Amino acid sequence: MRKFKEFIIEKLILICGSASIFFVALIFVFLLKEGLSLFKTVRLGAFLFGKSWYPISEPAELGILPLILGSLLVTAGAAVISVPIGVGCAVYIAEIAPGKVKEVLKGGIELLAAIPSVVLGFIGMVTLVPWVKNIFHLPTGLTALSGSIMLAFMAMPTIVSIAEDALYSVPRSYKEGAFALGATHWQTIWRVLLPAASSGILAAVMLGIGRVIGETMAVMMITGNSAVIPHTILAPVRTLTATVAAEMGEAVVGSEHYFALFAVGIVLFVISFAINVTADLFLHRERR
Amino acid sequence: MMNPRTVQKIAFFSLFLSTLLIVVPVGMIVVIIVQKGLPAITWQFLTDVPRQGMRAGGIFPAIVGTLYLVLGAVAFALPIGLLAAIYLSEYARDNVMNRIVKLAIVNLAGVPSVVYGLFGLAMFVVWCRFGASILSGALTLGIMILPIIITASREALEAVPQTFREVSLSLGASKWQTIRHIVLPNAIPGIITGTILGIGRAAGETAPILFTVAAFYLPRLPKSIFDQAMALPYHLYVISTQVPNVDEKVRYGTAFVLLAMVLTVNLVAIVIRYKFRKQKKW
Repeated sequence: MRKFKEFIIEKLILICGSASIFFVALIFVFLLKEGLSLFKTVRLGAFLFGKSWYPISEPAELGILPLILGSLLVTAGAAVISVPIGVGCAVYIAEIAPGKVKEVLKGGIELLAAIPSVVLGFIGMVTLVPWVKNIFHLPTGLTALSGSIMLAFMAMPTIVSIAEDALYSVPRSYKEGAFALGATHWQTIWRVLLPAASSGILAAVMLGIGRVIGETMAVMMITGNSAVIPHTILAPVRTLTATVAAEMGEAVVGSEHYFALFAVGIVLFVISFAINVTADLFLHRERR
Repeated sequence: MMNPRTVQKIAFFSLFLSTLLIVVPVGMIVVIIVQKGLPAITWQFLTDVPRQGMRAGGIFPAIVGTLYLVLGAVAFALPIGLLAAIYLSEYARDNVMNRIVKLAIVNLAGVPSVVYGLFGLAMFVVWCRFGASILSGALTLGIMILPIIITASREALEAVPQTFREVSLSLGASKWQTIRHIVLPNAIPGIITGTILGIGRAAGETAPILFTVAAFYLPRLPKSIFDQAMALPYHLYVISTQVPNVDEKVRYGTAFVLLAMVLTVNLVAIVIRYKFRKQKKW
């Protein structure tokens, strides 16, 4: 009897072990099941590179180029802000901060990671958006720039913690060797530690960017949601994620609009998959 | 060529500055929400239903809805996550299969939250015919927090020294007895920490519940798991963007309650982890 019980439990463990593979596959299958129906009526090229997104006009125009460009613009802006600051902070925590300060800073970063995106979006709406509006004398502060700044804060915890891990895992002897040759602490960081940790830091940056591309609520609340091709970072934009979140509520199940939003979901899934697999490769290389 | 000492001073100062650029805004966000949100918190605000089109009254149904969702998500994700972690730490060998499992976990953690929403809609709401319901939302959130629980539990299990297992096995215990009576008890704090972090994440996410459960305005408590429900993060989104002329106090109050819930949960996790590290005997 006990043998039988253990047999069942071990089989259960085995099944659950592959649960994550099962769920990733399940997500992809359901996205495909709904999303691919779109391509019975719309060509793939017209979907990916169509310049206008008017899903509810007659006939509907379902080109997601403005949304892709919106996502890219916001993400690029967020990366420009968050990468130097995030990596800088990681170096500060890993190398310079004294013990106690280090723990406090790490706690602060964890705190930032824990703040729900809808709260950040709300804070962005009441503080950042009016600032951007006044500083640049714009008709509205709901712009790609506001989104970039807010998203930079969502990327930073990821960047800081993974980059810090990467710096931490550089063998001590590298550092001691550089010191012994008379290098200053900064020269050691700049010429030895950062290059040695480069693939981990690259992974950190990629995962941070992945977080930004997938972010939904904050971006929907503060980028102004206008689905036109943006010409400046001070224009309102609409990202891929915000489009799905904002429009799915109104789309009728089984309509072309519904399928199109799932097709956008496929695009997002593929992007995040590519980023995660590549970042994982870099992290793996780091360990060897 | 500048003096290396001067260069170092400038460099360290800029590193310090970038750290401040992260820490100060985080502090400001918390301070602003506490300062403006705390005065809005009254017993009535916490226990009353929303009134006058959500412009007055309380947020009780949203708090209850979030609690139900979180409980449901954990009830689903914890058993699966824990068993998956046991598999990875105790059974898996270092082979291709193991590598694919790990990659799948990383990917599951990286899927955008709104894509989880789409998946939940297609699978639970439409295909399983659960409709927009607490069940659909809780399952969606459960899959979303699965990687958090697996990763934390696996780390906790792997941190149990190999010698513990060897001693147990050499005394004639079976593999499962060893796991059940030796490995698991020693890994409990880490597993709890991971679960709590998952709870915090599930409580704060909005996009996965947008189309799977969230009710725009439902001034009563949900009656069953097939009922729609309000939820705190979605409620905050609704009153800050969809409903005009909501009193600022109501918005900040809601943001405060949500933030307080999530941060408390995270703080508890950090404290447990800290205490455990101090007590660790090996």
